[in-house]
Amino acid sequence: MGSRVVELLGALLRGKLQRSQKRNDATRKSIMDALTNEGMKSDASEASILSDTAFLNDLRRQMVKFATLQLSNSHAAEDAVQEALIGALKNAQSFAGRAALKTWVFAILRNKIADVLRQKKRMVEASSLLREDEEGEDFSELFDKKGFWQSDEKPASWGNPQDSLHQNQFWKVFEICLEGLPGNQARVFMMKEFVELEANEICTAVGITTTNLNVMLHRSRLRLRECLENNWFLKGEHA
Amino acid sequence: MMNCQQATMLISESQERALSLPEKMNLKLHVMMCSGCRNFSLQVPFLGKAMRAYASGKDEESKKK
Repeated sequence: MGSRVVELLGALLRGKLQRSQKRNDATRKSIMDALTNEGMKSDASEASILSDTAFLNDLRRQMVKFATLQLSNSHAAEDAVQEALIGALKNAQSFAGRAALKTWVFAILRNKIADVLRQKKRMVEASSLLREDEEGEDFSELFDKKGFWQSDEKPASWGNPQDSLHQNQFWKVFEICLEGLPGNQARVFMMKEFVELEANEICTAVGITTTNLNVMLHRSRLRLRECLENNWFLKGEHA
Repeated sequence: MMNCQQATMLISESQERALSLPEKMNLKLHVMMCSGCRNFSLQVPFLGKAMRAYASGKDEESKKK
């Protein structure tokens, strides 16, 4: 395990602490303890791939963004990210590269978020989740009056989409498409497919009915699918 | 027969709950005749798979290859 990892994660956490005046002393102490303990365990094998502060800063930014979206509360999000980073520090031995580090902290973050969402029962008022403009969204671009596909909107065959999962460019398109979803659709879609909460847990956490949830997931899937098809799977054929 | 908007709704819901037998049969009938919804039914599980792969480091792994 690289002591460099510990150093960098430590630097991230310290940076966080300086920025956050509200952090309570108990948390501060537990972080400092974790840093001190891990610092002493450092050994000689250093992974140079992890000496990349830009990568770690970027990772933290992604974590905060994701947690904020999921929890709709920047303080809760900062806390979850911080706890995930502390968790990562405690198990720093398991990292074997950037991918492993990222997988690891996101797995911890996902669990933290799932815990918070399950505990709090309701993080937001339903009103903030179901805005009129999104509810009023109509499908006339996709479907005709009888509810059948408009001729130019009919989903095409994607061939073997699994191959795309190994292509960097695909992930850039995926991210752009995900960011293009209305915030609330992205949020419930990620709760379902990434945080892997059950449908009833999502409904409780965000205070919506099963029907609301099904409608939102349906819309998010239609949109995401369309975006991926236009910008990735059929790219070039349209040009 | 159900239309495409209803069919895609059921396909989406099938990710969250088990469809009833009549729902399944109606959907099957529609999908047999509609290539758009057939493609949609293959794409929806892929979206979930991609979402789980995203941010869990799969993009980083691919960079090393």
